[in-house]
Amino acid sequence: MSNTSTTPKKNGFLAGTANYVDERVGVGGILKEFGRKIFPDHWSFMLGEVALYSFLVLLLSGTFLTFFFDPSMAETIYEGSYAPLKGAHMSVAYSSSLDISFEVRGGLLMRQVHHWSALLFVAAAGLHMLRVFFTGAFRKPRELNWVVGFVLFVLGMAAGFTGYSLPDDLLSGNGLRIIDGMMKGVPFVGTSISAGLFGGEFPGTAIVGRLYSLHIMLVPALILVFLALHLFMLVIHKHTHYSGPGKKDTNVVGYPLMPVYVAKAGGFFFIVFGAIMLIATFFTINPIWNYGGYDPSPVSAGTQPDWYIGWLDGALRLAPTGIEFMIGDYTVSTNILLPLVVSLVFLAIVAVYPFIENWVTGDKREHHVLDRPRNAPTRTAIGAAGVTFYAVLWAGASTDLIATNFKMSLNQVLVSMQIALIVLPFVAFFVTKRICLALQRKDREIAIHGRESGRIVRLPHGEYIEVHEPLEPHDLYKLVDFKDYKPTLARPNAQGKITFSSRIRASLSKFYFEDRIAPATQTEIDEAAHHNHEIEAEVKKAIEASK
Amino acid sequence: MSEDSKDLVKQVDSRYSEHEYETGLRVIHEDAVKDPGLEPHRVRMTDKSVKHEKNAVRQVTLLFVISMLGSAFALYSYFAFPIVIGDMNSVRMNTLFLGLGITLGLFGIGVGAVHWAKTLMPDNEVTEERHLTRGSDEKRAAAIEIINLANQESGFSRRKLIRRTLYGALALFPLPGLIIFGDLGPNVNDKLRHTAWKPGTRLARDPNGRPIKASDVTVGSVYHVVPEGLMPGDHGYLEEKAKAAVLLVRVDPSELIETEERASWSYQGIVAYSKICTHVGCPVALYEQHTHHLLCPCHQSTFDLVDGCKVVFGPATRALPQLPITVDAEGYLIAQSDFNEPVGPSFWDRSVK
Repeated sequence: MSNTSTTPKKNGFLAGTANYVDERVGVGGILKEFGRKIFPDHWSFMLGEVALYSFLVLLLSGTFLTFFFDPSMAETIYEGSYAPLKGAHMSVAYSSSLDISFEVRGGLLMRQVHHWSALLFVAAAGLHMLRVFFTGAFRKPRELNWVVGFVLFVLGMAAGFTGYSLPDDLLSGNGLRIIDGMMKGVPFVGTSISAGLFGGEFPGTAIVGRLYSLHIMLVPALILVFLALHLFMLVIHKHTHYSGPGKKDTNVVGYPLMPVYVAKAGGFFFIVFGAIMLIATFFTINPIWNYGGYDPSPVSAGTQPDWYIGWLDGALRLAPTGIEFMIGDYTVSTNILLPLVVSLVFLAIVAVYPFIENWVTGDKREHHVLDRPRNAPTRTAIGAAGVTFYAVLWAGASTDLIATNFKMSLNQVLVSMQIALIVLPFVAFFVTKRICLALQRKDREIAIHGRESGRIVRLPHGEYIEVHEPLEPHDLYKLVDFKDYKPTLARPNAQGKITFSSRIRASLSKFYFEDRIAPATQTEIDEAAHHNHEIEAEVKKAIEASK
Repeated sequence: MSEDSKDLVKQVDSRYSEHEYETGLRVIHEDAVKDPGLEPHRVRMTDKSVKHEKNAVRQVTLLFVISMLGSAFALYSYFAFPIVIGDMNSVRMNTLFLGLGITLGLFGIGVGAVHWAKTLMPDNEVTEERHLTRGSDEKRAAAIEIINLANQESGFSRRKLIRRTLYGALALFPLPGLIIFGDLGPNVNDKLRHTAWKPGTRLARDPNGRPIKASDVTVGSVYHVVPEGLMPGDHGYLEEKAKAAVLLVRVDPSELIETEERASWSYQGIVAYSKICTHVGCPVALYEQHTHHLLCPCHQSTFDLVDGCKVVFGPATRALPQLPITVDAEGYLIAQSDFNEPVGPSFWDRSVK
């Protein structure tokens, strides 16, 4: 095999196989089209890959688990090998999860691989989303792919939550109870939705089986469909690349799929899988045997959901006291509805952001060169505000742990978080925008005046100056290659009317681009260089004179 | 497209000769710095020196060999470290060695392949032209032609009656598919208003089910309580327990703030409150003795036990429902009746009689 794989001979094994497959599948054309497709290289492009590979690991480890897991809520008395629970009443689901952990070789390992890769999947998808946001990769033509990715992120959370509840342990059972309580808070239909999901009263005997169907069939199938769409569009659009010399909206610079990218990306799959395996080998996750089976009366203090549900739990905790009210005989559970609405609005803004920005800039061209975050200060600031909002909600899910670990008053921690939720996003917006603008000014300064050489010269009239040296053209181009937008005024349309939407757009454009920093132009650079030459000449003259 | 974009100066980059898109608020600088083109390629040591190249080959080979050894070790561990039923250490060893073997098997391939790509495969960046995503004008015209032809042949626009009835049919056909989910769960509304507590039901300890004598409850002690006779294994045990769980505390009677109506609901300072949080239903399991506060560990709703379990903090709004209790002839604590309101999280029509 080894000799055929390097240089396929005319009638060798590889050539024969290739011919066989091509005559039946037409694989030659596919390979011609895609074999040398160019993929740009950057570490931040691997975040999406991590998510993709974690999903593959989830499919593999999940399949293993289905062979041993029994999603039944029938009651049983535990007779397995874990001594502390011997003789305890529990569901078959919980007992089979214990058996996977303690009686199947590699069972605990696979459970931990599955759980860790689920945590990693959502984390990597989230970071990938942030990368796409902060670099403006969602701009035309990729707006729809942003929405597809957004759906994938939500599906990831759904997959996580449905899976988290399957072992029917105390921790996840309390999680379900919270879901039940939230559903009941929905006006008109809440009780029916809850009864429908749980098959009657909470907890009932149906929920684990139903979540199992969702978790192993519907949700992963949807993820696969959207993943296929996501990657299909990736191929259609070709990958973006960062701005820099030689990188344009009309080209793509990187490595060919075969062999470099196949080796790197294929190798990276094994690295991600290996990293998950390593973590799963050494670090326990979700030790369900410590919690016991689900029982509605006990609960452990300091309970935490998996990290990606944290922000929703935090939203529930941060709702102010006493905001539930009655309309006649009917109860409006504002303390549940408010967090629900806030989370949904937050998600909705994330989903439609590309369309908003596109409407404001009115730039209908295709964008394949990524922005450095500093070069889109308002967008970056909006992102920072969003991240901060999410982070406060997320930290809100740990108010009790923060209070106990730092020996603070729980009430004060919670009230501070409530204030932080409103105030910090504005702070983050302001600070981030200022930092971006300052970095842009610095870039502009360096581009125009060159880099500081460290050479201080005293001129004959006593003035001290530092000599600046011009940048190398490639380095210079990195500092000036970005897209510049300016605000617009509300203008009348063809009928001579200034419409409401054009007013909104005008004020949004002001919000975005009011304090823009334009990239340094060649004229500015030349003028500065000219000025520099004059100083240099003066310096030379001074040196001559001193001799 | 917005109304005012017509007034904007159309500035179209010459690169976009394929199709002229609006540039909106974009500023095109006439004297922008010219693109100097790709940075010069940096030659790697493995390109320059045969020694380095050979080293890299050895390293990649070694990594692949490590992978093989790792996988082989995982196979060996599967048999060499079996799980001995009841021996938790054997579970640990099995997980550890199997996991380590597989990890090496995976890392070896991964790191090897990436190292191979980075050191030995060409690292020249390649430039490829992009084309606009939209089809060319000819392609679009051809597509429209196809659609028009399909429309003509089917009469989709022309035959209004067919088209509208088709819309109707398509709108209705999913409905049976939705309605068949109607039997997912029975209506539970009435059940939410009643629990397993009946007049005379003894208060029993959770989980052993022993009834509680009033005289055994000392001041400051807390009992987790269920109705007597509700035992694990009973039909609907968890559903009943999810509503009937009660927390029993004895405080100094002088500290109790009781309304006239509820004065008879406690017994010598012993009060019983639903343990199910009125926020989203977690068990309110933490009792702080010196403040008499009950705390829900899920979302930190805090209830004042001596003041009718009113909410003093956190997202809950309603007080925990109180279970009216007294003692029977033998001195055991019993319920006077069921709770007087639905327990647990709020629902839309909970106050409707």
